[in-house]
Amino acid sequence: MINTVSSIITKTIPAGGKWSARIQRGKEITFTALEDGANVSILLYNADDTAERYNMPDTLKAQYTAFLTKGNVLMTDQGRVLASIVEDMVGWHDAISGYSTRLMIDEKYGKTTYQENRNEWYRSGEENLMVELFRNGLTTSDLSPVINIFSKVFCDEAGNMNFVEGHTKKGETVTLRTEMDVLLVLSNTPNPLDTRHTYQSTPIEVKIKDAEPVKENDICLNHRDENRRAFENTWEYVMLTKGGIQ
Amino acid sequence: MSVLNYVESERKLEEAIYNKKLLSGEGWLHTLEPGEVLRIVDVEGNQAADTLFYDADHPSDHYSAINTIGRQRNIYLSTGSVLLTESGKELVKIVADTCGRHDTLGGACSAQSNTVRYSHDTLPMHNCRDTFMLQMAKFDNRTTKRDLAPNVNFFMNVPVTPTGGLRFDDGVSAPGYYVEMQAINATTVVISNCPQLNNPCNAYNPTPIQLIIWDK
Repeated sequence: MINTVSSIITKTIPAGGKWSARIQRGKEITFTALEDGANVSILLYNADDTAERYNMPDTLKAQYTAFLTKGNVLMTDQGRVLASIVEDMVGWHDAISGYSTRLMIDEKYGKTTYQENRNEWYRSGEENLMVELFRNGLTTSDLSPVINIFSKVFCDEAGNMNFVEGHTKKGETVTLRTEMDVLLVLSNTPNPLDTRHTYQSTPIEVKIKDAEPVKENDICLNHRDENRRAFENTWEYVMLTKGGIQ
Repeated sequence: MSVLNYVESERKLEEAIYNKKLLSGEGWLHTLEPGEVLRIVDVEGNQAADTLFYDADHPSDHYSAINTIGRQRNIYLSTGSVLLTESGKELVKIVADTCGRHDTLGGACSAQSNTVRYSHDTLPMHNCRDTFMLQMAKFDNRTTKRDLAPNVNFFMNVPVTPTGGLRFDDGVSAPGYYVEMQAINATTVVISNCPQLNNPCNAYNPTPIQLIIWDK
């Protein structure tokens, strides 16, 4: 026996860090803020067919929401569920502000270079995501609206977008459950609408373990009729491609 | 930037270089040269014109709803709004608008999202994403489904509330309302004149739009 791999995988993503992984259906992915004021930009794709991916408009309009929390599911452009939000201590994750760009980071916080700052230079969501997408055979045309885990941006009646400082506290968590085999791509970089004047990025932890099977009283399955129909689409796909839903 | 920046156009129909009626359920793909102006007219009112934009010189660089609304810090488009690509390039600027409510978050209808939103038996119904895919399939073998990004819905009313609610309301548009945009860089525009029959946004009655282009 040379199996030294734990069934629970834990990764600490440093400030400004990035990561990607293919993760099987039926896993729980728990994100933990290791300091106050975290923001992690994530994208999700169908691991077997990356042309199918998290679709912001389809996810929001089906659930009549402009943000994401427990009970919500992350839908693909094919009307299926990539992942469900099964636990959430935070209550609001931002779906409409996107990732920080290189230009934005330089303009807002001052230009840094690797030459000068070594690994303390200010990373951008744009470049982190481009690298992780490219690593997985994808290109910049596969960039689309991200979910900013741990951030709150709300709109006033006139549509103005407002970032809420200090939304997430150290130790708070949110847990996704994968409903399909997914490619997860993440960048641990500031929210583009962050109102603080210095580059704010804090380490986060990602913990992955087996999830309990979805039960009939599941909060995400029952959140809305729309969610149930998206689960039904997903189960049909899993039946056709994986031979069963367990 | 606020909800409605009401600006009428002084451009005259007789000076237009292009004028086409696009029936509901039909698609349109056209490249605007820098300086050219496209007007979209909601002929009968409460119609949704689902519209995608691409950098004509680099079609892999698609319109980015998020870059666009993030830069202006507002989710609605009106006169003065500049539509950006994923890389941040400026594509078109809205130069006239008599409607004042254009959605950036609702995306296009598709057969699959219809099954989620309404019922499984809506799968065969005509939808915007099929129109987009047909236009792109006929246009250029360099683009694929991966190039489909969240689109603009001109004339569509999708209010977002401070508590994070999002819904599809009756349109605020009316017969003859229009929006006009000028190309800053060469821009390929793809429109699906929405065929949706299950949503109150168009009063369950899809109608034609008029597409008019001036050279400046």
